[in-house]
Amino acid sequence: MSGINDFVIKFATVNGSGSASANTMFAKTLFRMGIPVSAKNIFPSNIQGLPTWYEVRVSEAGYLARRDGIDFMVAMNPQTYQEDLQEVVPGGWLLYDETMPRIWNRSDVTILGLPIAEICASNWKDVRQRQLFKNMVYVGALSALLEMDLKVIEASVLDQLKGKEKLVSANKKAVDLGRQYALANFPCPLPIKVRHAEGAKGKIMVTGNEAAGLAAVYAGATVCAWYPITPSTSVAEGFEKHAKKMRVTKDGRHLYGIVQAEDELAAIGVAIGGAWNGARSFTATSGPGISLMSEFLGLAYFAEIPIVLFNIQRGGPSTGMPTRTGQPDILSCAYASHGDTKHVLLFPSNPTECFSMGTDAFDLAERLQTPVMVMSDLDIGMNDWVTEPFAWDDKKVHDRGKVLSAAELEAFKDVKGEAWGRYKDVDGDAIPYRTLPGTHPTMGAFFTRGTSHDESARYTEDGRIHARVIDRIRRKFDTAATIVPKPEITTRDKAGKVGVIYFGANRPAVLEALDYLERDGLKLNAMRLKAFPFGQEVRDFCAAHDTLFVVEQNRDAQMRQLLVMEAEVPPETLIATLNYDGTPLTADFVRKAVLKKLRPAKAQAAE
Amino acid sequence: MSYISKPIAHHPALPKNALGLTHREYEGSMSTLCAGCGHDSITAAIIEACFEMDLPAHRIAKISGIGCSSKTPTYFLGRSHGFNSVHGRMPSVTTGANMANRDLVYIGISGDGDTASIGLGQFCHAVRRKLNMTYIVMNNGCYGLTKGQFSATNDKSSPSKKGEANPFEAIDLCQMAIQLGAGFVARSFSGDKRQLIPLIKAAISYKGFAFLDVISPCVTFNNHAQATKSFEYVRAHNQAIGRLDYVEPKEEITVDYASGESKAVTMHDGSHLILHKLDKGHDPRDSNAAIQTIRENAAKGEVATGLLYINEAQQDLHDVLATDDRPLNVLPMSELCPGSKALEGINARLR
Repeated sequence: MSGINDFVIKFATVNGSGSASANTMFAKTLFRMGIPVSAKNIFPSNIQGLPTWYEVRVSEAGYLARRDGIDFMVAMNPQTYQEDLQEVVPGGWLLYDETMPRIWNRSDVTILGLPIAEICASNWKDVRQRQLFKNMVYVGALSALLEMDLKVIEASVLDQLKGKEKLVSANKKAVDLGRQYALANFPCPLPIKVRHAEGAKGKIMVTGNEAAGLAAVYAGATVCAWYPITPSTSVAEGFEKHAKKMRVTKDGRHLYGIVQAEDELAAIGVAIGGAWNGARSFTATSGPGISLMSEFLGLAYFAEIPIVLFNIQRGGPSTGMPTRTGQPDILSCAYASHGDTKHVLLFPSNPTECFSMGTDAFDLAERLQTPVMVMSDLDIGMNDWVTEPFAWDDKKVHDRGKVLSAAELEAFKDVKGEAWGRYKDVDGDAIPYRTLPGTHPTMGAFFTRGTSHDESARYTEDGRIHARVIDRIRRKFDTAATIVPKPEITTRDKAGKVGVIYFGANRPAVLEALDYLERDGLKLNAMRLKAFPFGQEVRDFCAAHDTLFVVEQNRDAQMRQLLVMEAEVPPETLIATLNYDGTPLTADFVRKAVLKKLRPAKAQAAE
Repeated sequence: MSYISKPIAHHPALPKNALGLTHREYEGSMSTLCAGCGHDSITAAIIEACFEMDLPAHRIAKISGIGCSSKTPTYFLGRSHGFNSVHGRMPSVTTGANMANRDLVYIGISGDGDTASIGLGQFCHAVRRKLNMTYIVMNNGCYGLTKGQFSATNDKSSPSKKGEANPFEAIDLCQMAIQLGAGFVARSFSGDKRQLIPLIKAAISYKGFAFLDVISPCVTFNNHAQATKSFEYVRAHNQAIGRLDYVEPKEEITVDYASGESKAVTMHDGSHLILHKLDKGHDPRDSNAAIQTIRENAAKGEVATGLLYINEAQQDLHDVLATDDRPLNVLPMSELCPGSKALEGINARLR
């Protein structure tokens, strides 16, 4: 299966050793050669010393899910030598620092010994340099082994060292030392190697969190509040990075404000205060932050305040696996907070959609006057994805929802036929009209509260009024279901009764698996969910199939539960297909799960 | 009942301010607090201060947390937008609101439970952020709505109505505010309107974080003879450390303050504070002296009231964030959204 432009290479290194930039440079070089690659950083919750891995899948066919079975292992961490060796497929290769020779007890793996420490010791005096350039030496050796384009590597070096030009020649030297050693001592090139390709042409390489931060800039967000938490931190940092470039006046004044709050409660409180006052406001967090923000989410839901929350999910429960991915917050976000609550969720499947859905989220929040959560995860958020470039239509008008100006307030009764009230459903879409503080000297003031209120925002303990108001808010979700992004449906068999339901980061693995399953003789239809609440299209797809594999990354089949509860899909038609070990989903996992159910004999053969 | 609006009709001879408005236009709904509650006096003082300062009510935002105190924004400034948020979180909501629109006046109302217990962290960080707001704590030393439990500001020596001792040290919010860098810190008493109204005006005029701790007896649960936050006790032990006159920007300073016993402080909006020294040891521009004054009085069982500390040169959060002079919530999308050409540049850098 592996060969030219089709293999998986894994780097096993020590956290804090400077390997990350060398590894990124490696992946970026292949991407710039036009080859579709996916890079997955598997890192510890640690600053220095613990093992860390970087997996790069190279696929000219464009399959960019994670794939098990390592063809080439760059083993740079003696702590993990043994487990790293076991991961290599028979016939694969392992490169290590031969300065300290080892006995490797596998005869079906080719061991490539490269005296990295020795090379560095004889070329550099400074201890830190000796350490850092080790990484570039192995990149140099790989360039020979895999026949990478040296010019592209050099361009990537220049790019990576922007602002540190002094280091360029030393880095190039390190690359060359590794390359020359490999050319002289190893059978270069290997059968797995790379060549220029077209698949990644025109695409960009970016993380979902940077895309989400950029989305907030394009959406016109001006208030950002956050509290540091892995893996969401780089959303706020992405917003700041781009806002600093594009949202500063000539005299240095910022057209945005960012507060690093004291905790997640304050972070969402700031976002709510900003949104209440008419600024597009957002926060970003992960699982534990969602738990802390829940009380405020209920307030924003009930008081109908439009905020956007980027939830970059990670493995739970509790502190769980802060540096591993997952989709375990579906239910806790759909129903965050006590009492009867329900929230709008969007499910981007890659950084391009973190941008497009991220900007949509602000429109939806203001249109619906409710919190909207963008459900990304660590895999999308922190890994570099080769993805479609960002697009923006300059004709697009941001939907600021129903906000009344002073003149509209004065004319309201004449135009609408009844007096304004903050929570009145005047248009029949269950969405009321808001006013912002400071709008009009005598009209439009009201008291925002989390206590029960009537249609004019006045305090009430009258149960009938309370029920009427929360019924209207529930009806608002019927409106939401008609305007949230519709699912992506792929039909391989028009009359087929079997399908797959998936969402978020699982997209590449599921699409790849559907190809393999077709080769296995199974043509499966598929639906990618993009949003909650579910629209009619979701119900129709479910109704048209009698066996649906619901693929998700959590233990409790949370999306499946949501489909049963909210779309009333018969539970017996929904088969939970669950991966929750913290590593990104593979096509193989999905294929085997489907075969096990539909072709048990074939599944056994595939094991 | 708070949902009963007061009739707007009023006597034609009621005095009007420069905006042509009477007190009635600064009032809110009927109070639902207990008769005689100190909080209602503070509400009245806020109404009086805003009326006398000729503030347009719709340019004020009133934000609160949860508790008896946090209910009061319904009872004043009915023409202002209000936000009764969640328990202890008024400071963060006010932070966001202020970031969105720097041009409004922000009055945050909180209680001793709301600020000194559940919201202590938010209080501290709002102070640190130098948020331009007036933060008023209606401090009665107990939880009223849940029937009289001690709060964290209740003095250790002050027993409950049933005579139970309070085993824990009190949190002094004014000392904390000074230590955390608040630029304006005052303590007052709901029963002393003459002291309170100028302090509220000064706090509103102050650019930066203005903190007002107002002792406001709970007539139902914490007004017994031994309670140190009772009307009787505070009246007997109130040590005014200075007298403050607030002079509107348009008024001339007519008082002679050259004697060395009085000082004038110019505020950001052009108004003046005339500080008349009563306690010779106290200089409100010295934070160490302010803390010392509070502590020395407390040691004697006295309550030091008045303007405890003022830093005339404080920055506010917008200075720190270098935000534009225009409020963020009015910036047009044409200035906020960089457009497709800029995005092409970003795409190119990611290739």
